[in-house]
Amino acid sequence: MSFKINDNEVDIVIAALRPDLTIFLEEWRSIFSRFHLIIVKEPDLEADLQIPHGFDHHVYTKTDIERVVGASLIDFSGHSCRYFGYLMSSKKYIISIDEDCLPARNAAGDPIDAVAQHINNLETPATPFYFNTLYDPFREGADFVRGYPFSLRDGVGCVLSSGLWLNIADYDAPTRAVRPNERNARYVDAVMTVPLQSMMPVSGINIGFDREILGPALVPALRLKGEGKQRLETMEDIWCGMCAKTVSDHLRLGVKTGLPYVWRNGSGNAWESLRREWGGVKLMEEIVPFFQSVKLPAAATTAEECVVTMASLVRARLGSVDPVFLRVAEAMEEWVKLWKRLNFH
Amino acid sequence: MAGVPSSSSVPTTPLLKDELDIVIPTIRNLDFLEMWRPFFQPYHLIIVQDGDPSKVINVPKGFDYELYNRNDINRILGPKASCISFKDSACRCFGYMVSKKKYIYTIDDDCFVSLLLSSLLFSTGIFLPRVVKTFARFFETTSVNLCTWPFFRSTDLSRNLVAKDPSGNQINALEQHIKNLLTPATPFFFNTLYDPFRDGADFVRGYPFSLREGAPTALSHGLWLNIPDYDAPTQLVKPRERNTRYVDAVLTIPKGTLFPMCGMNLGFNRELIGPAMYFGLMGDGQPIGRYDDMWAGWCAKNNAFHQILTLKLRLKLLILGTLRLRLARRWEVVNTVICDHLGLGVKTGLPYIWHSKASNPFTNLKKEYNGIFWQEELIPFFQSATLSKESTTVQKCYIELSKQVREKLSKVDPYFGKLADAMVTWIEAWDELNPSTTAIAPEANGTTDKK
Repeated sequence: MSFKINDNEVDIVIAALRPDLTIFLEEWRSIFSRFHLIIVKEPDLEADLQIPHGFDHHVYTKTDIERVVGASLIDFSGHSCRYFGYLMSSKKYIISIDEDCLPARNAAGDPIDAVAQHINNLETPATPFYFNTLYDPFREGADFVRGYPFSLRDGVGCVLSSGLWLNIADYDAPTRAVRPNERNARYVDAVMTVPLQSMMPVSGINIGFDREILGPALVPALRLKGEGKQRLETMEDIWCGMCAKTVSDHLRLGVKTGLPYVWRNGSGNAWESLRREWGGVKLMEEIVPFFQSVKLPAAATTAEECVVTMASLVRARLGSVDPVFLRVAEAMEEWVKLWKRLNFH
Repeated sequence: MAGVPSSSSVPTTPLLKDELDIVIPTIRNLDFLEMWRPFFQPYHLIIVQDGDPSKVINVPKGFDYELYNRNDINRILGPKASCISFKDSACRCFGYMVSKKKYIYTIDDDCFVSLLLSSLLFSTGIFLPRVVKTFARFFETTSVNLCTWPFFRSTDLSRNLVAKDPSGNQINALEQHIKNLLTPATPFFFNTLYDPFRDGADFVRGYPFSLREGAPTALSHGLWLNIPDYDAPTQLVKPRERNTRYVDAVLTIPKGTLFPMCGMNLGFNRELIGPAMYFGLMGDGQPIGRYDDMWAGWCAKNNAFHQILTLKLRLKLLILGTLRLRLARRWEVVNTVICDHLGLGVKTGLPYIWHSKASNPFTNLKKEYNGIFWQEELIPFFQSATLSKESTTVQKCYIELSKQVREKLSKVDPYFGKLADAMVTWIEAWDELNPSTTAIAPEANGTTDKK
């Protein structure tokens, strides 16, 4: 069931929150230069982008966002601008990496090709229905262990690949505030499928996904007041990840986590973010039980249908908990409409 | 500290020295303990001697141990001894039952034919099924004796050795299991940086704070470098594959997810989950082998799973079936159904041991044969098994599960009716030996050789 993904089926989407992308792109050049890049300039950024030569790329700006989307509930500012890139891409696969991340390096000092690893994760089956203790059985040198049912060994398609980060791990503001000097130095050489019905926080910092199947489920619907430009305080990717996992589970598709690593420099003031993000921390306590209880109808066979159903469930069950969820439901519905309008298949 | 060995692999302060027993099933000798001595010597060993009770097991000097052979098991349990497997390492669960400690670590020790003979079999087996059948029968009846033949005996009698980490340091597997058991598990929400209680890790952004206390860890499932724990068909297809990948992670198996638990390198909290660690009916007189640890693993986890054997798979299995070997399948199953029900956690990953020898795949195929088909029924059974609110202890959960095994699995094979009976007998024996008031320690056969 493994297949080959060609370079021309992939777009790399980069949210430009700072104008100077020179260092970022130069560091990634040997890995990115084969691909088409979609660079989305953060709407509030005024300075011109600096992009080195030699990349096949397209830049989208605030003007494009306003032209295409118009007046919208969906807020494409800050890190969320990348979702516009997901919307505009015409490729089957997207890989997206935050611009404060550089390639991790192996013991010899060579850059690790995170893009190739994401592609490999998406090309090979996932195994969500039963946990393999030797992790991804489709990796070289591994296999299914004794006791793994043969009927499950074909696996299912992988639609989301969630990578990790060395150096500055993706911690929330309270954790970073309490452990400002902690660095993630542990390279865990594993890819694994996140089991069915197991929820996880999907960090948007380093991901790859099947845009055609999962695109509508990666919806930037939940944003906190004042959220925007610091990862410490964003909730939008966590919300997307929960939606995406729920949809994948329902469609009997797989989500992988683990490799690849990127080297993350990170930024932001944890204590300042804490003031803003505390709202998000409280909301997660409502969000997690909600997603754990979501049951999608069998009639929902696409991500769009799943998201529309989830939106009405969000409105019904979470709307009374916090009014922000009423906006979230509307944003989800709007996202699906946008998606259908711009991506007719 | 002055005078203390500086090697990081030799513990300076044994953890839980008086709270942990090491349970080892054996049929021959325990020379492998020499390699493990720096790590095991501080602990009390419970040795369960399988096979001929008149054989004397040679335990290296300096270990504090108690030893039980079949005569002891029969004497201590009386008629209930029927639940303890004979001629199978599943007998180790007797050691869990007689232990008085809070924690158990169990590790395999075995001896078997050399790689040379195995290789001969692999190549002849492909072309001459009849040859395979003959050899398999031969090994089945004489495998124990073969270990004494110089031609077949490897220079390294043991199979589970101390592994080394990527820096070349010996891995103190027991210490890692203890760390795993003493820190919480996180079964309710997946942490993408794996065990957040390890040094240098934490909960990631988005992890709900209300779940950050975690749940008590009942089980610690370790892994193996070198020879991976593959089933017989995979061994036959990939005889040369070695697990060389050191994955520096411990993670919690999420609630509601089943997994295949291997009993080769396993630690558990006996007080939390002990009664559920029954390794089933295997070996002599049983239609199944090599699934004792699987059975224990599935009993503990509760997961909903519905799959139908595809026509393609049935054909594949039919082709395997043309070898026409009556294989026993051992069910080694971890009680994850029960852990999920009781809100306990199961961890997997580190530590690694070095698994140095592959067992004979033809013998394995014979043992596993039924299980390969049966597991297709067993896993949906466990994934849909639910336990009632009234089952508030491990024993009650286990008895309730045994009823479901009898009701729903007997139609798969009458063996499961016997197994259900054995599950009940096991709990009765457990409660007899471990009453809630003062326990009377049973007499062991071997002499303890205290340090």
